[in-house]
Amino acid sequence: MTRAVIQALLSHWRVHRLQLATLLIGIALATGLWSAVQAVNAEARASYERANDQLAFGQYDELRNPSGMIPISRYVDLRRAGWQVAAVLEGSLQIGERRLQVLGVDMVTYPTLPAVTQVEQSATPPNPADMLTAPGRLLAAPSVQKLLRDHPHLPPVLPTDALPPDLILTDIGVAETLLNKPGQISRLIVLPNQPQSVQPLSDIAPELELTRASARIDTAQLTDSFHLNLTAFGLLSFAVGLFIVHGTVGLAFAQRRAMIRTLRALGVSMQQLVWMITIELALLALIGGLLGLVLGFFLAGALLPDVAATLRGLYSAPVDGQITLHPHWALSGLAMALAGTLLASGHALFRLSRMPLLTGAGLQAWRGATSGNRVIPLAGVFLIAGGIVISYLFDGLIFGFAMVAGILTGSALLLPVLLSLVISAFQRWTQSPVAQWVWADMRAQLPGLSLALMALLLALAANIGVGTMVSSFRLTFTGWLDQRLTSEVYVTAPDSELGQEIAQWLTPRVTAVLPIRSAELMHETGPLFLYGVIDDQTYRQKWPLIASTKDDWDRVFAGKAVLINEQLARRSNLWPGDFLTLAPDHTLTIAGVYSDYGNPTGQAIVSMAQLDQIAPGAEARRFGIRVAPDRASELAQDIRDRFELPRHAVVQQATMKAQSLAVFEKTFVVTSALNILTLGVAGFAILTSLLTLWTQRLPQIAPVWALGLTRAQLARLEVLRSVLLATLTAVLALPLGLVLAWALLAVVNVQAFGWRLPMYLFPADWIYLFALTLVAAFVAAALPALRLLRLPPADLLKVFANER
Amino acid sequence: MLLRIDQIQKSYPGGRPVLRDVSLTLDQGETLALTGESGCGKSTLLNLAAALDSFDGGEITLDGVPLSTLDDSGRADLRRHRVSLVFQQFNLIPSLTVEQNLSFHARLAGCHDTGWSTHLADRLGLSDLLARYPENLSGGQQQRVAIGRAMAARPKLLLADEPTGNLDETASANVLDLMLALVAETGAALLLVTHSQDIAARLDRCVHLSGGHIT
Ligand SMILES: Nc1ncnc2c1ncn2[C@@H]1O[C@H](COP(=O)(O)OP(=O)(O)OP(=O)(O)O)[C@@H](O)[C@H]1O
Ligand SMILES: [Mg+2]
Repeated sequence: MTRAVIQALLSHWRVHRLQLATLLIGIALATGLWSAVQAVNAEARASYERANDQLAFGQYDELRNPSGMIPISRYVDLRRAGWQVAAVLEGSLQIGERRLQVLGVDMVTYPTLPAVTQVEQSATPPNPADMLTAPGRLLAAPSVQKLLRDHPHLPPVLPTDALPPDLILTDIGVAETLLNKPGQISRLIVLPNQPQSVQPLSDIAPELELTRASARIDTAQLTDSFHLNLTAFGLLSFAVGLFIVHGTVGLAFAQRRAMIRTLRALGVSMQQLVWMITIELALLALIGGLLGLVLGFFLAGALLPDVAATLRGLYSAPVDGQITLHPHWALSGLAMALAGTLLASGHALFRLSRMPLLTGAGLQAWRGATSGNRVIPLAGVFLIAGGIVISYLFDGLIFGFAMVAGILTGSALLLPVLLSLVISAFQRWTQSPVAQWVWADMRAQLPGLSLALMALLLALAANIGVGTMVSSFRLTFTGWLDQRLTSEVYVTAPDSELGQEIAQWLTPRVTAVLPIRSAELMHETGPLFLYGVIDDQTYRQKWPLIASTKDDWDRVFAGKAVLINEQLARRSNLWPGDFLTLAPDHTLTIAGVYSDYGNPTGQAIVSMAQLDQIAPGAEARRFGIRVAPDRASELAQDIRDRFELPRHAVVQQATMKAQSLAVFEKTFVVTSALNILTLGVAGFAILTSLLTLWTQRLPQIAPVWALGLTRAQLARLEVLRSVLLATLTAVLALPLGLVLAWALLAVVNVQAFGWRLPMYLFPADWIYLFALTLVAAFVAAALPALRLLRLPPADLLKVFANER
Repeated sequence: MLLRIDQIQKSYPGGRPVLRDVSLTLDQGETLALTGESGCGKSTLLNLAAALDSFDGGEITLDGVPLSTLDDSGRADLRRHRVSLVFQQFNLIPSLTVEQNLSFHARLAGCHDTGWSTHLADRLGLSDLLARYPENLSGGQQQRVAIGRAMAARPKLLLADEPTGNLDETASANVLDLMLALVAETGAALLLVTHSQDIAARLDRCVHLSGGHIT
């Protein structure tokens, strides 16, 4: 018997092939987009973990000097006292467009790293003495080795694949010269097996602080907000995909009611039927899920290089651009497909199981029950209110997203009610019978289309919201670049000596030479980069201050005050008038806060004299040069020729801006890609809804046709209806999108990156999106309309025939 | 002569001919019953007369207009202005209320008359149901709305395809009474398809369709 029942159930899909395809595509899209984001996130996290293992990060307790570097004498003191510590010097090296991290470790005392073992066991092991004595050896991934080939002044490179990308490992002595930080140590790691009785730290080095291995912030935590962002988008796409599944399954069940009634009348129990249908759905979910995994894999492969570039650019996080297939990723993707499908079908299954044996088999009954439901709009209002309340009560990225999610889903749930109200108003207002019918019929169609329209609303709102955020950001960012990159030419010398020489040569030839010198300090909120500036009109006129005080620059140049960036200000809640401690004996008033995009770390600006006091010996290799713009090219070439500098060491402002903008664009490539995909999925959801509603349409259309409208007229009206619904939805999506943009700019961005951006409106973008929506609605409706146009009258007449 | 059906031939794609050579005529104000076995082509013939479908041979002339000369919009125009239809089921527009359904055809045809519509609703006992939607009506009520809508446009010809096929005997008798009374009142001609000899007997004439011919 079971076989017969299964055959009967499956026969439905044979007749409704398009419905089956829609269902599978819906599952595949939902799973695919979600899995792609998961794969990207997992790959990035795996990279961090690999890097931690390869560099033995996070395994040992550490000693740090909160106000900067540790002098070598302290290291000696500690070792003499019996402390088993190993020194580490870190810094970064700009090679062309790439910024490489340099990790210098005391090769003698530092625990042996996998990269060192690998090099020592290679076919041509280096002489251990070569590693330690000048010029020393650099260990780096083969890709970095290739990059460094053009830089003969660097020590020889030994390739190893046991290091993260963009990192150079070397002995601390070599690193000192490379980074120009002689006698300095960034941190000391405390090795295991300390002797029993050593002098306490407070006696030998009271200024050092011990951090436990477990208490340190690692890359994974730093990049959490970025990954959360991606996950939120993945979830949105998943939800939009599930709308398709829900709609299709609902209709399929409705169409199978008659068959199910017959089966029950023939003695099959409801329980058996529900089981069989559940298994059927599970199988479909697995097939769709598998398709989705294939899609997700390729999508992730396409997205990862950009994500990796973003993470490297923003957080210096070591991420490869390669995606690998993990079985647990595939399994969790399938589980997601299964859970999503069952979730989306749960409602339909439940209603099926409650269906009385004798209820009418028609679709009317199915529709009737969905409309007039008060619970859904109430839930919508509740979700919106809940989201807003949460964001008021709690602080944090998760709650920011909770607010966004609450507002979005709540508004989506309210959409059918709102549309119904608007349509009723139009209906009352129109006079002609055909127009009245069009509106009435549109309202009757709403329950069947509402899921697709909700998906469209979400996709449109996300597009407007994220689009507004990115465009606002871009506008702010370019304006900010104009203020920040004021010098016409930027020079980076290989070392401080040559730097001085260049500066001296330049001084009589140009308007101003502005040294760019910085030192890395530690602040309680993380690393803090301290910049020294000399008194110049350029700063006073152009620097992008978002909070200022009277005489701010005067006080900074007089060595009495400090300027800090927005990230630091928001993170530590420091504003003009507050104090910032830069070193134990060095506290300055905050005179202003400036905007600073592109890095999540804290920054502060003091006068050059102050910098020399706080961090003596900060290298002087970089300069900004003010010169008449028309002389810039010529001057850049002169400097290159005279001091034999490579092309990338002397960069003009325009190039610099282009490079910065390129990094910026890359940051949002992934977001925009997911955005467009979500919109595509929503468009597809409308198409499939219209196609699956097709069978329901004939009983609506046939009577009107019989009363004297041509098929061509009716087909036009079908298209008009779909375009009208999409238009109304788009109109409602606009305010929602702007609310979303505001939430992203004012809440999520502040939490994720530490800066708040002004919001700009881009009506041209809306018009474009609006047009895109109309085209999508038109195309989606064109197929059913064409079908109607070609429909033989005999098929329309079947509606009136007895067998219906 | 209001309706003249002349040697009509009709077959559906991939099927045997349904109507081989059918001829009949109907005068203004006349009522005619069409009977025949199930599947003999009664509905088909009615649909052809209503300009809903095209035929393969012969000619149908309605109120002086030869249907074979009409295109899609010409046929739609004819349906709008000269004929009204009552089917066995699925007569009504589901998304409109009873009131809107009642006046829909008349307004399409541009001959809406509020007084006449109210009168019809009264006569058909629908006055209390005007705000309802078709899905909340019984079969008999739906049929009465369908008749009301058909008559509201004051058609010259009313075509009815088993209008009482879904109803019990009492309801069926009621609906038929109303329909005949309204036809008499407006002077319309009626072509009615039925299985029932009793119903057929109440009309002016009766023809029988069998094997694709009128007998
Ligand atoms: N749309 C159609 N496509 C193909 N064949 C059709 C179509 N409509 C009717 N037929 C066939 O044409 C023949 C006549 O059908 P029709 O509906 O006119 O019969 P009928 O006399 O009205 O029957 P009943 O009394 O059962 O309503 C039948 O054999 C039927 O199968
Ligand atoms: Mg029939």
